[in-house]
Amino acid sequence: MGTHKITTQDVTFKVFRFNADEDYLPYYKEYKMEVTSEEVVLDILNRIKWDHDGSFSYRRSCRHGICGACAIKVNGRATLACKESMNDMIELFGNEITLEPLSIKRSVKDMIIDKGDFWEKHAQVQPYLVSDIEDNPESEHLVSPEEAERLLDSDICIQCGACHYACPVVEVNEDFIGPAAFAKAYRFEADVRDEAGTSRISEVNQEAQGVWDCVKCYECQEACPKEVNPIEKITKLHNMIFTKGVAKNNVATRHAVGFKHSIAKHGLLDEGELVRYSEGNIGVIKHVPVAIKMFKKGKIVLPWNMPKADKLDEIKKLVKSSSTAKF
Amino acid sequence: MKKLRYALFTGCTAKESTPEQMMSTMAVARKLGIELIELTEASCCGASHLQDYDDFLSLVLNARNIAYAEKHGLTMVTICNTCQLNTAMTKHRLDNNAELKSKVNEKLAEVGLEYKGTSHVTHFLYALIDDFGLDKIKSMVVKPLSQFNIAPFYGCHNIRPSELQNESHKSAENPYNPTSLDDLIIACGGMNVDYNEKNKCCGFHAELQAPRTAAILTGNAVAGAMDANADWMVTPCPLCHLKLDTQTGHASKEIGREVTLPVLHMQQMLGLALGCTYEELGLKHHVTDVNFI
Repeated sequence: MGTHKITTQDVTFKVFRFNADEDYLPYYKEYKMEVTSEEVVLDILNRIKWDHDGSFSYRRSCRHGICGACAIKVNGRATLACKESMNDMIELFGNEITLEPLSIKRSVKDMIIDKGDFWEKHAQVQPYLVSDIEDNPESEHLVSPEEAERLLDSDICIQCGACHYACPVVEVNEDFIGPAAFAKAYRFEADVRDEAGTSRISEVNQEAQGVWDCVKCYECQEACPKEVNPIEKITKLHNMIFTKGVAKNNVATRHAVGFKHSIAKHGLLDEGELVRYSEGNIGVIKHVPVAIKMFKKGKIVLPWNMPKADKLDEIKKLVKSSSTAKF
Repeated sequence: MKKLRYALFTGCTAKESTPEQMMSTMAVARKLGIELIELTEASCCGASHLQDYDDFLSLVLNARNIAYAEKHGLTMVTICNTCQLNTAMTKHRLDNNAELKSKVNEKLAEVGLEYKGTSHVTHFLYALIDDFGLDKIKSMVVKPLSQFNIAPFYGCHNIRPSELQNESHKSAENPYNPTSLDDLIIACGGMNVDYNEKNKCCGFHAELQAPRTAAILTGNAVAGAMDANADWMVTPCPLCHLKLDTQTGHASKEIGREVTLPVLHMQQMLGLALGCTYEELGLKHHVTDVNFI
């Protein structure tokens, strides 16, 4: 049996401090510690409280990566404190580590945030199975392994909020439902037992709050400590909106469908025409000032000069034979 | 060193709204002695939007593009972050799902093509770093950019999802602490500027559907670079370039602050350091004037 050597490193922690009852503004306090290679981020939070300042506040519970309580940001990276090794954080960011709550603007006391918005969004998507079952059913509703596979691990979300507060759209648009709730919506939309009809999928199809406002930055996938991959579910919801027939004829859906039309015509995307197609003949007018600036700089291709891909016939044939969606 | 040869997937933007990106890519390749064979048969990658509507069609089209690179027996290089993501993601999915690969190949067979999975897919930025080498680039710099503070703007789809991008690039990049573009700035003799927004989203993909959100993200990015005393920004993504170069008017209104900086394509920055001319690099095509030369 080999021996395992425990190493230590000196680390300076810059820790976000704020008490909504006493402080006008948040501030950062430094703690210097010798960190061992065995420790996780939660150990550091514990040591700050136990060894340095008993008033330091944070959430913790299971210490096994399944309750989601201890999620914070380490150097801007959403992290489940009980799961993340300090060695990995030091390797990534060096020996100066900043510890912050998931959302600075929602901090109540130090690392503790008001997750009210998160739970409101969670509730908004009917996060439960909608099924009309008898009070005393004669048998269970069995789900085959293949049917369970379709959930794509969306059922293992622990509601830690890491993806929600990593999402840049959540940060600037308070109506946006956010990646965690979208993953939850997918979890039940993909469940063969669910009978919600179109109510849940219609909720995530609404402008301003729904999946069409996603900026596709992949921050949610990167932040998720459980590999739920919320943006994969967001894309699946986009697809479902078309396949379940709830897609509205609006700028968002036309923007997606417009790509197919352009590719079928030119092989390439006709950027100018895509904007006109998506916005409509009236909506496109608001883009004219920028278009004029771009035109003056040689950045607009006029329709008669639109380039085409070589072997366009091949592309046309594939678009025709491989298309699976209709709108 | 053996001459580097790649199959170039230009994407649509380099053919239309960022002609300067195509010009500067070719100018830099000439200077460095890299041969780029343009995949003129390639189609649009779907830009992550076709995928929302018709996932299978986007897979077939992206597989077709890679199949043409395979015909040349070359690594495919992309010059757009979103093309890179969609192509790499297609490759990942097909290489890891025999049934899906078979379904896609059934369609490609209709036009006499087959996706085999033999061609590597990487972005030009990483081809320069992994294959050409930063030391060699540094040795070829004739006009060091030493008087400039340059703010790198990475763009989402080159750094996230990291697992996918690490499959494509030898120099594994961490999305929370990316270094490739900073390293290239330093190799060009410039000063790399650090700021919080350098690995954040520019908002491009929600420009039409969520213009306010997109404008705030654009504004925050440029403001972050300005606050870090950047003279200009540089990006490997033509979509980020378009957003940061042409949309600062709307962004300024949304964040309540005038924000504007010249934004160069990564190839233009490198081209300047290698001694390419203003004309070769297409610098006249910027909406926000490149007025420091």
